[in-house]
Amino acid sequence: MKLKMLLLASVASVGFTGPVVSQDLEPCENCADEMTLVSWGGAYQASQVKAYSEPYAEMTGVTFVWDESSNEAVAKLRAMNEAGNVTWDLVDVVASDAIRLCDEGLARPMDVDAELADAPDGTPASDDFGDLLVSECFIPQIVYSTTAAYRADVEEWGGKEPEDICAMFDMETFPGKRSLEKRPINNMEWALLCDGVAKEDVYDVLETDEGVAQALAKLDTIKDQVVWWSAAAEPPQLLADGEVVLASSYNGRFFSAIEEQGQPFKMLWDAQVFDLDGWIIPEGLPEDRLNRVLHFVKFATDTQRLADQAKYISYGPARLSSAPLVGKHAELGIDMAPHMPTDPENAKNTFLYNYEWWADNRDDLDAKFQAWLAQ
Amino acid sequence: MSSTTTDTSSNAMPDDGVVRAADGTPLKKRLARALRREKLRSLMLIAPLLIFIVLTFIAPIADMLFRSVENNIVEDTIPLTVEALADWDPASDELPGEPVFAALHADLLIAVEERIHTRLGSRLNYESSGMSGLFRKTGRRVKRMDEGDYTAQFIEADEDWGDLETWRVIKRFSPPYTPGYFLNAVDAEQTSEGLQLKPENERIYLTLFNRTIVMSLAITVSCLLLGFPIAYLLAHLPLRTSNMLMILVLLPFWTSLLVRTSAWKVLLQQQGVINDFLVWIGLIDDTNRLVMINNQTGTIIAMTHILLPFMILPLFSVMKTIAPYYVRAAKSLGANDWTAFWRVYFPQTIPGIGAGAILVFILSIGYYITPELVGGTSGIFISNRIAYHISSSLNWGLAAALGTILLGLVLLLFYVYDKIVGIDNVKLG
Repeated sequence: MKLKMLLLASVASVGFTGPVVSQDLEPCENCADEMTLVSWGGAYQASQVKAYSEPYAEMTGVTFVWDESSNEAVAKLRAMNEAGNVTWDLVDVVASDAIRLCDEGLARPMDVDAELADAPDGTPASDDFGDLLVSECFIPQIVYSTTAAYRADVEEWGGKEPEDICAMFDMETFPGKRSLEKRPINNMEWALLCDGVAKEDVYDVLETDEGVAQALAKLDTIKDQVVWWSAAAEPPQLLADGEVVLASSYNGRFFSAIEEQGQPFKMLWDAQVFDLDGWIIPEGLPEDRLNRVLHFVKFATDTQRLADQAKYISYGPARLSSAPLVGKHAELGIDMAPHMPTDPENAKNTFLYNYEWWADNRDDLDAKFQAWLAQ
Repeated sequence: MSSTTTDTSSNAMPDDGVVRAADGTPLKKRLARALRREKLRSLMLIAPLLIFIVLTFIAPIADMLFRSVENNIVEDTIPLTVEALADWDPASDELPGEPVFAALHADLLIAVEERIHTRLGSRLNYESSGMSGLFRKTGRRVKRMDEGDYTAQFIEADEDWGDLETWRVIKRFSPPYTPGYFLNAVDAEQTSEGLQLKPENERIYLTLFNRTIVMSLAITVSCLLLGFPIAYLLAHLPLRTSNMLMILVLLPFWTSLLVRTSAWKVLLQQQGVINDFLVWIGLIDDTNRLVMINNQTGTIIAMTHILLPFMILPLFSVMKTIAPYYVRAAKSLGANDWTAFWRVYFPQTIPGIGAGAILVFILSIGYYITPELVGGTSGIFISNRIAYHISSSLNWGLAAALGTILLGLVLLLFYVYDKIVGIDNVKLG
């Protein structure tokens, strides 16, 4: 619950734009002049370019090379490590991948307080990031959430609109196809929540064979109505085409479909699952490259820079101290606060993703889930 | 060569009936030497390509396949423990003794220092979930442990160390080679009670292998059914028209795979072009739109379209070489159109059918991207699981085992095909 409190506190004061303090960069000694950054491409990478790398390049003259490989970063990093030739300097991954890379010894552990900037008021970085430091190798950037959205114009629903996540399983009131991610994570939790399991018991139940059976039985009730997605761009497209009426995806994807493309969807924030995205530094970088990366990371994850990123995309900054600095969308000019997963209005009922539990049980549950799908 | 040497050698030539060259060496030897030189020269000529292929293709594949049995990680990470465990009988009801725990402590101290204990944890987690967490958690505690009574201290750090099953897993996966990945790849596992199939709700790979083969066959057959008439038409129309048609065949062939697959999404989905059209002409009503995508139908349709040129092109080039007078002769001897086609023309196209079928079948058995995009859950192939284990779960051993089995299956089918049809009967033109 601590994480949630922190997240809620972090957005309580979102809405006014603080003064932009320009810092002087410390000089970087024995540093490489070029960096290869790995990210997800698309709007997300663009927000990082604008908020982090462009200002940094302006101040230091460093050249940036971007590689859009975050999707297969874990496998590629392992291959590079085995070949003894790591060509990446900084890699953007989700928290669960960061834990895996750290476990595999492929990511470098951080000395958070020494290597990351303090908050402007002097709070050490470890307190400013707080519980979001889910792995010693992980430098959090943003909080996003996996949540649901629905079409607002479904005639069969007779004017009713879904109010909670269990609408996903309610074929009588809300008939029509749904779209869910083709993996057990999130779906199993939602199924149990809607089958009467209390939020705090979900992982205890899921740890037993009966619990897994219970979750799959609940999913069974909608199985033939589900289009399973594997890329997060699919569900907004399926909704837009009218292929499905309810779908899960990342909140930023729905934000751009609704606000930038004017699609007739509505967000269903209930039981949204918070997740984190951030940087890891590959293990085994030569000294000059490592110096450069550390120098950049200290800059790019400071309070102001994290707040800047939220101008371009609807994901919440991972620092407590960044929240008051979040303002309006850079192009649309709308207030970003109501679109953040962490906004109090949206975060009335949230679910915490248990990283360690999934790190341990993912292989097992995935086998069961895939076997269930194949039946 | 001077005349003196010739003289000497001819003088020294023994009379034993062996044909010799001018310098006295037996001709056979000379010939062999010349041939060897010839071979060496051709080898030198292809050497760059050969080295390139060995280094960039064969070696990496062999290395990857080797991972399906390789299991040095346990012995490398906790060598003392493995040694101490040698005397422990996994069938017994007793935990390993204190020396084993002491060895584990010594091993983990070094492993934690080098940060490799978590890697071992994720390796063992493939076999028994919870191992990854166990090693991560214990790794944090191991430095703070006091000397003496390690058994109690480990069990206090995590009670799983007091569980016999934990030790059985470590013991079972101690040897440097393991059949574990291959067992996993055929839905089996080695438990304390010996070899057995996994519980029903975890079996997946046999189903997928089976589906991959059946669907690849279906795709091959539909490619043949659709491709044969087109190839026939191409081979028999006047050159100008057939060139036009050929471009129509090749154009999609040159178009990006992703574009074609996405196009099928637009066409086949429930609110898509085909369904809209069928509703509009009144063939189906609006509430009963056909489900043609995100299932096996979608995969078969899209892949048939994508692989069709691989069937048409070999068929076309074989049909081009069939002389028209065979069919004319058959007809003049009294065969009707069907008999002339079936008994005279068709048998001559079999090399083309063989080539096309092998191409399409082998390409489709390893197909990945199209099933992923249009296959939903019932239309995905074994390759999609291999990709998952390579890029997502990082279980490369299992991916390698699945890949090896797939390779074995292809070779086996190839062998069967050779026995039935004969590989010499395959012609690409």
